[in-house]
Amino acid sequence: MRFQQIDQFAAELKADTRAAVYDGSKKGHEKRTKLLFDEYADPDRLRRIAGEVKQHVVENLDTYLPQVEAKLKANGVIVHWAATAEAANQAVLGIMRARGATKMVKAKTMVSEETELAHFLEKHGIEALETDLGEFIVQIDGDHPSHIVKPIIHKNRREIATSFEENGLGAYNDDPQTITRRARHFLRHKYLEADVGLTGANFVSAESGRLVLVTNEGNSRFCLAATKCHIAMVGIEKIVPRDYDLALFLNLLARSGTAQELTVYTEFISGPKSPTQPDGPEEMHVIFVDNGRTEVLASDCRDILRCIRCGACLNVCPVYRQASGHAYRSVYPGPVGAVLSPLMMGDKFPQKADLPKASSLCGACHEVCPVNIPIPDLLLRLRNRAKEENVPSPGTPPMGAWALLASQPTAWRASLFGGKIINYLPTKLLPIPALRAWEAKRSLPAWRGGEFRKWLKTRKGRANVSPPAPSRAEAKKAD
Amino acid sequence: MSSSDDRESILSRVRGALAPLHERAAMPDYTTELAVMRQMMGSRDALVVFAERLALVNGIALTDPVALVARLRENKWLHGYCDPALWPALAPHFGADFKVETTYDRKRVDDYAFGITRAVGAIAETGTIVLNDATTSRRLGALTPWVHIAVVERAKIFSDLPEAVAGLGQDTNVIWVTGPSKTADVEGILIEGVHGPGVQIALVV
Ligand code: SF4
Repeated sequence: MRFQQIDQFAAELKADTRAAVYDGSKKGHEKRTKLLFDEYADPDRLRRIAGEVKQHVVENLDTYLPQVEAKLKANGVIVHWAATAEAANQAVLGIMRARGATKMVKAKTMVSEETELAHFLEKHGIEALETDLGEFIVQIDGDHPSHIVKPIIHKNRREIATSFEENGLGAYNDDPQTITRRARHFLRHKYLEADVGLTGANFVSAESGRLVLVTNEGNSRFCLAATKCHIAMVGIEKIVPRDYDLALFLNLLARSGTAQELTVYTEFISGPKSPTQPDGPEEMHVIFVDNGRTEVLASDCRDILRCIRCGACLNVCPVYRQASGHAYRSVYPGPVGAVLSPLMMGDKFPQKADLPKASSLCGACHEVCPVNIPIPDLLLRLRNRAKEENVPSPGTPPMGAWALLASQPTAWRASLFGGKIINYLPTKLLPIPALRAWEAKRSLPAWRGGEFRKWLKTRKGRANVSPPAPSRAEAKKAD
Repeated sequence: MSSSDDRESILSRVRGALAPLHERAAMPDYTTELAVMRQMMGSRDALVVFAERLALVNGIALTDPVALVARLRENKWLHGYCDPALWPALAPHFGADFKVETTYDRKRVDDYAFGITRAVGAIAETGTIVLNDATTSRRLGALTPWVHIAVVERAKIFSDLPEAVAGLGQDTNVIWVTGPSKTADVEGILIEGVHGPGVQIALVV
């Protein structure tokens, strides 16, 4: 293989998809910046403090986990623990079987994407229907989400209309409003027939045991109004210390994710329904899922566990915009995924060790992150780890000849002088294919090897700035 | 492995991962004033700010039941559900052309064009309506109709998010509703009314 896998994927991406991803992510980013900076006196301090709160939680999970467990139990919630994806899925299946339940409606949860819960349940004869519009479309298409907040950013309306038609949801119609109404109509009856509603949680307060869910469509509300049993799958890092801290995070999450001041629905759930309320779950389960998180905690990249899954770093990333989410071969794409996905692999780290290299280290992800995660630093640490573990790196140009020259001053000087030949060589004869391709579209700057040394030697007093290099064409003319 | 084995293994891995840290990150000291939008409230009346902010997310704030009834009639939203505790006060405003039920039948989910339930409060800064189990007569009645009308008491409008968080209380299901249900999943185009109400009204009394 000549390229990194991610480059290969990006090179083969359909123009339509690239345009959809590029436009979608750019739009999200621009609105976000305006919101944060117009509305707060000190938005940067807001995200620094939020980052410190989450870092504190991550480094004190040994205290917070038992604390939140005790609180949940006191609230009448049944708490389960799952070390692996398989264990998490089994826990869900166990709850379904104990109730004799065969139908589940699911709100969007990234943890259930990690464990591939819907597939697993379907293999065991349980209908597990995604209800978030984007996730629903991904499910009927047998596709995967390509963004953590906007799962179908890679699809256009024509593709969606086609799959609705193929799945018996009406004749072809690519009007987004019609698509949405059809989904509304189909899904509302599904909620009412279902036995169990499954959600994730964006935050869990250790103080009160409240789960906080943020959505725009109202699907998680529907799951929790129509069914009798609620299961929440929660990553062990989702805790915040107090209810007090929630205002801080809620202010940041929607602005960073979708450039809204608040998402439409923010639900605070601390247990089964109140006894006087006729609708909603009488039974509530929380499954705390590890699935590789303790691996991350043990590494020098544990800062990534602060992540609140807002998607801002995807939207701003020049690599994500060009390559799209599927290029990352992981549930978590973009900068956050480039850190998280290889680490969550545990021993199989080498399989995804190429992802941290898919970055120009421009730093945009760090700047937008609402919890101030220094993603570029973490990417460098992972590149280093790959090097130390001798993970092969396809597509890296051979640097042996350069290393030899750079360590031998005479050879170096000779090659600098000899390089002048390139100024006179017709483009067709350039020795390296990549260079030929470059020259076909642009002109190389003239080779001026050795001139810097000359200039440095004769330089007197204050640095004087050398004129810009003439292009290769100009150099040829001048000679 | 059972859930309790998994519990032990997760907690011991967490302890093991954290053991080498010489120092743990401390909880920062901050006040939630940090997270209050600047110059939003000033000395303005909470209801005025609430109505203005709600309009920005395409919600509607009304203070007069007569205006509410006129709007429902104009759009031919004539069949609905109403919290039985609210109905006696509202009934005189509704004409004979309306059919309003005070019980909700989940088998006829598509029959209800509107649902009227009580809110526990509101948040001015964001134009948010606060619902909870104690004041919502039926979760489904507040969610499934195309139009939801939340009856909000004027005295219960919080000014900002930190205040509203402090006032969450003991209820097991608190929902902040900020405008109509919406999605931008298809090509980033905003569509209202996905699974929840497509029209969100606050009737402030
Ligand atoms: S790493 Fe930061 S910016 Fe990226 S998804 Fe997580 S919280 Fe958002």
